[in-house]
Amino acid sequence: MRTVLTVLRKDLLLELRTFETLPAMILFSVSTFVVFHFALDQSTIAGQLAAGVLTATLLFAGLLGVNRLFVAEREQGGFDGFLLAPVDRSALLVAKAAALFIFLVVLEVVALPAFALLLLGPSLGPPLGGVVVLLVLADLALAVIGTLVSAIAIRTRARDLIGPIIALPLLIPALIATAEGAGPLLAVHGHTFPEGRWLLILALYDLVFALLAYAVFDFLLED
Amino acid sequence: MSSYSRGLRGLTIATVATIAAALALVFFYAPLDADQGFIQKIFYVHVPLAIVSLCGFVLGGLFAVGHLRTGDRRWDMRSYVAIHMSLIFTVGGLITGSIWAKASWGHWWEWSDPTLVSYLIVFLLYATYQPLRFSIEDPERQARYASVFAVVAGAFVPMNFIAVRLSQGFVHPRVLTLTGGRLPGSMQLTFGISLLGIALLFATLWKYELAAKSTRMQLRRLRRAVLGEDAVRPLGRSAAPS
Amino acid sequence: MSTPPPAIELRDLTRRFGERAVLRGVSVTVAEGTTLAVLGANGAGKSTLLRILSTLLRPHAGEVSVLGEPLPRRGFAVRGSIGYLGHEPLLYRDLSGRENLHYHARLHRVSSTRVEELLAAVGMRHRADDPVRTLSQGMVQRLAVCRAVLHQPRLLLLDEPRANLDPGAAAIVAPLIGREAGVTRVLTSHDPAGALTEADTVLGLRDGRCEFVTEPGQVSPTALEGLYR
Repeated sequence: MRTVLTVLRKDLLLELRTFETLPAMILFSVSTFVVFHFALDQSTIAGQLAAGVLTATLLFAGLLGVNRLFVAEREQGGFDGFLLAPVDRSALLVAKAAALFIFLVVLEVVALPAFALLLLGPSLGPPLGGVVVLLVLADLALAVIGTLVSAIAIRTRARDLIGPIIALPLLIPALIATAEGAGPLLAVHGHTFPEGRWLLILALYDLVFALLAYAVFDFLLED
Repeated sequence: MSSYSRGLRGLTIATVATIAAALALVFFYAPLDADQGFIQKIFYVHVPLAIVSLCGFVLGGLFAVGHLRTGDRRWDMRSYVAIHMSLIFTVGGLITGSIWAKASWGHWWEWSDPTLVSYLIVFLLYATYQPLRFSIEDPERQARYASVFAVVAGAFVPMNFIAVRLSQGFVHPRVLTLTGGRLPGSMQLTFGISLLGIALLFATLWKYELAAKSTRMQLRRLRRAVLGEDAVRPLGRSAAPS
Repeated sequence: MSTPPPAIELRDLTRRFGERAVLRGVSVTVAEGTTLAVLGANGAGKSTLLRILSTLLRPHAGEVSVLGEPLPRRGFAVRGSIGYLGHEPLLYRDLSGRENLHYHARLHRVSSTRVEELLAAVGMRHRADDPVRTLSQGMVQRLAVCRAVLHQPRLLLLDEPRANLDPGAAAIVAPLIGREAGVTRVLTSHDPAGALTEADTVLGLRDGRCEFVTEPGQVSPTALEGLYR
C-alpha cells in the first residue's frame, strides 16, 4: 500500500509539473463537443443521443490519457527504477490505475458542465447524482482496462496505435452500459437515477477485469 | 517426425468424411425452412463456424495460461495457431451471418441481434492480436505479451456476450433462429454433423500448422548445430512464434 | 577457518534473444568484497550480464546465485541489497534531484536523512531542487550514483561508471562506488587499462562467450586484443 501511494504521489507530482496529459484531455473533450455540435447540426441534444455523445467523448479523451500513462517510465527508465526496488510489483498497476482514475474524474469535473452548457438541452441538475454514479463506475472500467492495455502497448513499436485498438473492443460492453444507463437520465423530464441493471453490469465488469488485470500484470513486467 | 503429425492422416480422412456427410445431409435431407427458403441452409455453416471459432479463442486463452505458467514456448505456439485459425473462422462466421441476415430481414447487418453484435466485437478485439505480436521484436517478450492478451481476451469473450445480451434484454431482439427456436429432429441431426465437421476441420488445420511450424523449427535447430550459429540467418520480424 | 560464501556464482549462464544467444556458458565466481571487471567489445554481452545480476533480466539457462540466493526464484530477496548503475540514470527529468532521490528512498524504505547525506557527499546540495533536465551530464551522473547507493547495497553493479564524469567528479564519487566503498563490485568498462587497475578478477567476453577469467596481472595482451577484434 505504501508503494502504491509512493508511485501515485510521484505521478501526480509529475503531472502537476509538466501538465502534459490533463489539459490535453480536457481541451480535447471540449473541442469534441464543438465538433459534435456542427456534425449533428442541432442546437441542443437530449436523451439517448446526448448520452451517446457524452460517453463517446469521455471515452476518446480517456484514451489520450491511457496513451501517456507509462510514457515517462518507458523513456526515462522508470520501469527499471521500480523493478530494482524490493516492492510488490502489482503496486504499479494499482498506482497507475488510481492515477488514471483521478485524471478521468478531474476531466469530468470540467467536461460535464461544458457538456451541459454547449450541447445538453434538459437541465443536468436533477439527474446529476445518477450521472455521477454511472460515470464513476465507467471510470473504474476505463482505469483498469486502460492501465492494462497501456502496459501492454508501451513496450511495442507502434505504441500509440496499438493501445486504442485493443482498448476499444474491450471497453465496448462498459460503454454500452454507461450510455444506455445515462440515456433516460438526460432525456427531457427524464429519470433521476439509472436503472440498477446498468450499474450491476458495470460493477461486475469492473470487478472481473480488476481481478484479471491483477493476475496477469506481473507477466508484463518481468523479463 | 513432429508429434503433431501423429494421427494427422486419420484425422484428415475423418474430417473430409464428416464434411462430405454434412453436405449431403444439408442438401438432401434437411427440410426447407418455410419462411427463409433455401438460403436458410447457410445456418448449418454459420452457427458451427461461430461456435467453433469462439471455442477456439477460449482454447487459445487456455493454452496461453499454460505458457505463462510453464514458460514453455510450445504452449505459445499452440495458442497462436488456435487464435489465428479462429480469427479466419470468425471472418467466415461474420460473412455467413451477414448473408443469413440478408435472407432473414433483407439487410446485410442487423444491430438488434445481440449474438451477431457480440461476435463483431470479439472479431475487432482479436484482429489486434497479430498486429500486437508483430510490433514486439523481442521474441520472448512477444510470446509473453501475446499470452497475456490471449488470457484477457479469452475471459472477455463470455463476458462480452453476457453484457450485450443483458443490455438488450428488455426489447425483444430479432434473433437469428429457426421456426421459433426449437429444431425438428432432422435439422438437429444435420446441425450436429455440420458442427462436428467444422470442429474436425479446425482440429485438423490446427495440427497441420503446428506440425509444419515445429518441423521448421527442428530443421533450423539442426542446421545451426551442424553448420554453426552464424550459418542460419535469423527469421525476420514476424508475428508468429519461433 | 571457513571461507564466506561467494557473493556471485555463475555456472553456464545463457541468455537468448530469440534464436540468437547473447550470453552462452558464462561461468565465474566472485568472492565477497572483491571487484570483478568485465571487458569486451560492444555487443559482447557485458550490459546483459549486469542486468541479469541486477534481477532485471532472467537467465534462460544455467545457474545464477547472487548473495547466496538463486535467481530468478529469489530475486525479490536480494533486490534490496543490490545497487545498479546502468547507462540510464533512472531519474525523472521533470522532477528535481531531491524529489527523485526521495522517491527512490521511499521505494527502498530508506530515511530522508540519507538523501541529504548523499547529496552533500557528491556536492549537489546547491542544485538539488532544480529539475534534472536542467543539469549537466556530470551532475546527472552524480545523482545517479546517489540513487544507486541510497540503500547501502552489499553488491554494486556498475555499467561504465566513468562515463560522463570528469576526473574531479570521479574523485567525488569514488568513496561511494570505488574500491574504498569496500563492497563487492562488478563493473564493465570500455577502457581495459583503467579497469585492470581496479579489479581483483577480470572476465573477458566475446560474442557472449567467456574468453578468459583471470587475475589482472595474468591477462595476456593478445587475449585482450582478441576481445576487440
